[in-house]
Amino acid sequence: MSALTLQPHASLSHLDWLESESIHILREVAGQCANPVLLFSGGKDSLVLLRLAEKAFRPGRFPFPLLNIDTGHNYSEVIDFRDFRACQLNERLIVRSVEDSIRRGTVVLKSPDEPRNKHQSVTLLEAIEEFGFDCCIGGARRDEEKARAKERIFSFRDEFGQWDPKNQRSELWDLYNARVHKGENIRAFPISNWTELDVWQYIAREQIELPAIYFAHKRAVVRRGGLLQPVTELTPARAGDVVEELSVRFRTVGDITCTAPVESVADTIARIIEETAATTITERGETRLDDQTSEASMEQRKKEGYF
Amino acid sequence: MSAIERLPEIDNGLLRFLTCGSVDDGKSTLIGRLLYDTKAILADTLHAIARTSERRGLEAVDLSLLTDGLQAEREQGITIDVTYRYFTTGRRKYIVADAPGHEQYTRNMVTAASTANLAIILIDARKGVLTQTRRHSYLAYLLGIPHIVVAINKMDLVDYDQATFERIRADYLEFAATLGIGDVSFIPLSALNGDMIVDRGERIDWYQGPTLLGMLEHAPAAHCERDERFRFPVQFVCRPQRSADLQLHDYRGFMGRVESGEIGVGDEVLILPSEKRSRVKAIEIHGRSLPRAIAEQSVTLLLEDEVDISRGDMIVRTGESTLVTRRIEAMLCWLGETPLDPQRKYLIRQTTRETRAAIEAIGYRLDINTLQRLPAERLGMNDIARASFKLAQPLCVDPYADNRSTGAFIVIDETTNNTVGAGMIL
Ligand SMILES: Nc1nc2c(ncn2[C@@H]2O[C@H](COP(=O)(O)OP(=O)(O)O)[C@@H](O)[C@H]2O)c(=O)[nH]1
Repeated sequence: MSALTLQPHASLSHLDWLESESIHILREVAGQCANPVLLFSGGKDSLVLLRLAEKAFRPGRFPFPLLNIDTGHNYSEVIDFRDFRACQLNERLIVRSVEDSIRRGTVVLKSPDEPRNKHQSVTLLEAIEEFGFDCCIGGARRDEEKARAKERIFSFRDEFGQWDPKNQRSELWDLYNARVHKGENIRAFPISNWTELDVWQYIAREQIELPAIYFAHKRAVVRRGGLLQPVTELTPARAGDVVEELSVRFRTVGDITCTAPVESVADTIARIIEETAATTITERGETRLDDQTSEASMEQRKKEGYF
Repeated sequence: MSAIERLPEIDNGLLRFLTCGSVDDGKSTLIGRLLYDTKAILADTLHAIARTSERRGLEAVDLSLLTDGLQAEREQGITIDVTYRYFTTGRRKYIVADAPGHEQYTRNMVTAASTANLAIILIDARKGVLTQTRRHSYLAYLLGIPHIVVAINKMDLVDYDQATFERIRADYLEFAATLGIGDVSFIPLSALNGDMIVDRGERIDWYQGPTLLGMLEHAPAAHCERDERFRFPVQFVCRPQRSADLQLHDYRGFMGRVESGEIGVGDEVLILPSEKRSRVKAIEIHGRSLPRAIAEQSVTLLLEDEVDISRGDMIVRTGESTLVTRRIEAMLCWLGETPLDPQRKYLIRQTTRETRAAIEAIGYRLDINTLQRLPAERLGMNDIARASFKLAQPLCVDPYADNRSTGAFIVIDETTNNTVGAGMIL
């Protein structure tokens, strides 16, 4: 059985393989698309994307600008970090905010403080139209959620930004098809094949700087539905809540009203990796309050044009 | 120092594999078991599944629910598209492509197989080698998957009987020989009980080989089993001449991924299709210089001479040219819902090159159940045929059997922009 024979030729470590695949994907976007953009949240996955873009295109500049959809519900550390990083890279950062869509009347809130993750879709589509982007590069991963496990690396969206799971292009080998008609666009996911652990291992190896909220820090929180809810201006403690001062860290960053931290004392990347390797809970279930409603909620939002 | 010695962490890399089987052979259970026993099934996923199992009135947690996908499919109770799953053992990272086994979904299996280096073909021990088994094996062979593991599952339902296992193995080998499938391993399993998946269990003591995970841990990575020729399709040209850094004024970096083989600084190269020659001056990635680059590494090549190179060109080593051609013969799998129309022109994308193409002839259509060759005028979805194309622009190709990167192409319908065909050059 040749499966047990020695390996005569060198091959890449798993991180090198993933990195190389992602670079290849980014370069395909640059080679095939006329006007792509990279969605940059300031979160760890998009910071990894930026490092990959450096690897793909330096010493040149990125062949695309960065776009941030600002929900207005942010931790200021993340926004500061976003601006700092774009400036450090000397790349163009475009910010479009959900607040503006609300003012225009294209986003209508049911209540003033409701989570704005789903409203980002509207603002994103408006930005796509404004700039005529034909491809948005995003940091989504297939291991995050069931509805993503079948997502293509180059995912097709119609004029309304809708993702139709029944109408996706076959994706074979590494031959990506980014062709679109005017108004349609592609969402490209260079780190589709990465897991949360891979991301952390890569951050450690590349010494990628992150916003402080990813590391353990003391924060006032209340326990709600098995999750921790930070006490902030937007999410004040309600009558009867027991406010605790706990050591926590965030595993994803997003809308304040629906992103929960986890209890942790991991204050270095090495400790986060240790925790992640041992963890028994996937990222979104533990930290996204809005995903819990139903197993299929992500699929629903994706159909509506959510990233 | 070679590129590989400079890599910060050496592990056994990454293996992409594919599972195939007919409905109810236990594919989902097997993948669920692998994920579960490698401790990658995470608590809240389990939670959601436990709830779903309860709702369906099942008493134990049904591992197959782990691999089920989208809402619509869950409602229908079947998987209808390729799903990718991930797990790691610490030694190696795995990407599992799960392709459903229904007849009408040849398309999905072809898609899943295109990136796999190993295929697990499931057989129900009670049923033995079936038409579907042959079909899956043929597709794995057609897509050039170098390693096949035939997993004979549900051994618990045949009392873990060795004779049953041996009989199925003999049947399979007889048929594999007719196809020319080389590397096949056999393993008896009970996915349900977890025997021989990650743990050996106590009920199959007559089997001395490695467990399924053992096979996966030791299966060779892609590209490391034989000498391959250096192939570097150019994806993007980096010309930062407007940069403030004057030293970059003449910088011309040819960006791409080494699809196969290796390249070192100083090597003489040939640019295709122009046939211009030069020498590698430097290999870079993000400001770092490398002495060599190996297969699957994304790098930037700098050449000694000022040669006109753009996206779509291919860099090879002198003396190792590809075929540069305006006509290709291929095995074609039709993926589109609209049948192939031989009167129409299509686009072909191969490596980083794109060209318009016209069908010259359809040699035959293959009945993948019987492997019989049938005459054909048109091709419908899931059909596999031998066909030849005339090309508007030359392509730089190798036979797919020699090189899965330069031998593969997709067919795009320009009116819809859909990917409607997958081809393997003969
Ligand atoms: N007795 C027994 N049943 C099994 C085994 N593997 C799977 N099954 C059962 O066979 C049925 C079909 O399995 P599933 O994994 O859904 O098959 P799939 O359609 O190939 O994904 C389920 O009821 C499983 O519990 C096995 O090794 N032994």
